[in-house]
Amino acid sequence: MQAFTQHTGIVAPLDRPNVDTDAIIPKQFLKSIKRTGFGPNAFDDWRYLDAGGPDIDNSTRRKNPDFVLNQPPFDKATILLARENFGCGSSREHAVWALVDFGFRAVIAPSFADIFYNNSFKNGLLPIVLDADIVDDLFKRIAAKPGLELSIDLEKQTVSCEGEVIARFDIDEFRKHNMLNGLDDIALTLQHADEIRAYEERRGQEAPWLF
Amino acid sequence: MAKTLYDKLWDDHVVRTEDDGTALIYIDRHLVHEVTSPQAFEGLRLAGRKPWRTNTIVAVPDHNVPTTDRSAGIQDPVAKIQVETLDKNCREFGLTEFSMNDVRQGIVHVIGPEQGATLPGMTVVCGDSHTSTHGAFGALAFGIGTSEVEHVLATQCLMQNKSRNMLVSVNGKVAPGVTAKDIVLAIIGELGTAGGTGYAIEFGGEAIRDLSMEGRMTVCNMAIEAGARAGMVAVDDTTIEYVRGRPYAPSGEMLEKAEKAWRELHTDEGAVFDKEVHIDATAIKPQVTWGTSPEMVVAIDAVVPDPDNEADKVKADGMRKALAYMGLEAGTPIKDIAVDKVFIGSCTNSRIEDLRAAAEVARGRKVADNIKLAMVVPGSGLVKKQAESEGLDQVFIEAGFEWREPGCSMCLAMNADRLEPGERCASTSNRNFEGRQGQGGRTHLVSPALAAAAAIKGRFADTTDL
Ligand code: SF4
Repeated sequence: MQAFTQHTGIVAPLDRPNVDTDAIIPKQFLKSIKRTGFGPNAFDDWRYLDAGGPDIDNSTRRKNPDFVLNQPPFDKATILLARENFGCGSSREHAVWALVDFGFRAVIAPSFADIFYNNSFKNGLLPIVLDADIVDDLFKRIAAKPGLELSIDLEKQTVSCEGEVIARFDIDEFRKHNMLNGLDDIALTLQHADEIRAYEERRGQEAPWLF
Repeated sequence: MAKTLYDKLWDDHVVRTEDDGTALIYIDRHLVHEVTSPQAFEGLRLAGRKPWRTNTIVAVPDHNVPTTDRSAGIQDPVAKIQVETLDKNCREFGLTEFSMNDVRQGIVHVIGPEQGATLPGMTVVCGDSHTSTHGAFGALAFGIGTSEVEHVLATQCLMQNKSRNMLVSVNGKVAPGVTAKDIVLAIIGELGTAGGTGYAIEFGGEAIRDLSMEGRMTVCNMAIEAGARAGMVAVDDTTIEYVRGRPYAPSGEMLEKAEKAWRELHTDEGAVFDKEVHIDATAIKPQVTWGTSPEMVVAIDAVVPDPDNEADKVKADGMRKALAYMGLEAGTPIKDIAVDKVFIGSCTNSRIEDLRAAAEVARGRKVADNIKLAMVVPGSGLVKKQAESEGLDQVFIEAGFEWREPGCSMCLAMNADRLEPGERCASTSNRNFEGRQGQGGRTHLVSPALAAAAAIKGRFADTTDL
């Protein structure tokens, strides 16, 4: 997994609540058996005017000029700003893969759906929860100055804008550590293989029907 | 100390805890389907790892399978690769799979309970958000992403943070004609789609206790639609009766032993929830969603709500976008909305009880002329067989419904069953998101009885209007 320490980039405003993972990557693209290549179809229904599919060349499709990620400078954004309950719905990790493949390194929202939040950390995409007021203020700042850049410092847990820290965010120590170091969760867990076996031993006595 | 059901399930599965409270949780049952698993198996292979405990895994293709004649195999080449990849992975790693032509094949959340692979007290995971369904058995069940699927395959465990406890108590008895689907839609209408975020919800109260296992599964299925990863119902006689005698369930002495442990799977007297929500069951009416989020729901006899009456600006904007997408105007009576297609199926409502309820409405009647397609998709091959032995297939076919092979079908439209742009559907599934049933398609979530009534009337109707 790609480590995340600090990142500075353009913020794209996606001004709707409850953006679900079906919207982030529609089901017709879930037939792939790979983890990569989903970026061109991120937000597909909103991004293109004509229908797409796994075997349709995206470069031949008409883009929706009204969709924010089609408008410069937001087509180069690496941070996404969204409203409440971002990433709700289907558990598809393809949604995170699509955002990462598009070039996003972080998503800022007042709240995230649980599964999406978890999936993000597994792929080096940092989900940042900020107060609804601060998020609202950021939407206004971007409207006043499209192309605004934010700087995120995971170590210090801060978000800065034009050289000034505008917010601090919370994150579990364990997740932060893994993200800063780009650690593989499975290898970490396998360090505790003995404890897993001891648990199985004990549980097998208590609840033998599970084994 | 008095514990909630969730506390008990959690404590029973903690392998170790980190200083910050993150815990390593042991997984008893791992359900696998073709869409969210290929990358996990690939990751396993690349790292030279093997599944930790193969007998915890049950795999089934469901999302991509055709619901029409399968004798010629899957026509869509991309879907075909995905289903074949699952077959191949199961063979390579020695996993149990109910493949496409096995009578036990069906939607992953229908077949787990049906086979007794879902048991009280288990932790159950699947790379699918509606895994919450299995919580109906007094199990801790939740959806995971593909990286987590790989993690469970490799270690039999997951890193988790404990959720907070929420009780949703549905008190009193529901009126005749009000079903589990109406109860859960009413709950989501009350809580909102993010109301349960960060919580594990226990559903309780008389109206929940009164439900069959099928009904409890319908309720827990949609816990995720209220933002909660897990929903659950305490174990009682109904639970144990359902489990008894199923292929994967314990029997004989082992069952007696298990039953004793299962009887403890309820919230202790005096245990404290972080949040409690009480709902009056007697006030719940049959529900219909009008928008693009399951919380956008009203009673069948109501009108489409007006965003101008919503004080919260972000919410009002969301409502306007939803109305535009749905092609609806505020103030329109729900019963005036005409429907193009009807879908009875999905892991929410495709069990035998659901099909019986829909057939009851369809019996001796005819699908309205304006309905382009009314389809019934049983949740599994065994549900289909059972329905056929009761003659329900004939009831549907005579009324003008199509009777299909089991799978996810038009719940998410990954196969050929889908809505065309602008088409309106009365659907017994669980998500009315934009494009969920096909790009530009308009979904209204309802119970099986109301879906059948919509097919007969050609527009939304209560069963009493027929
Ligand atoms: S029926 Fe629908 S919600 Fe259920 S598992 Fe299949 S696609 Fe998901």
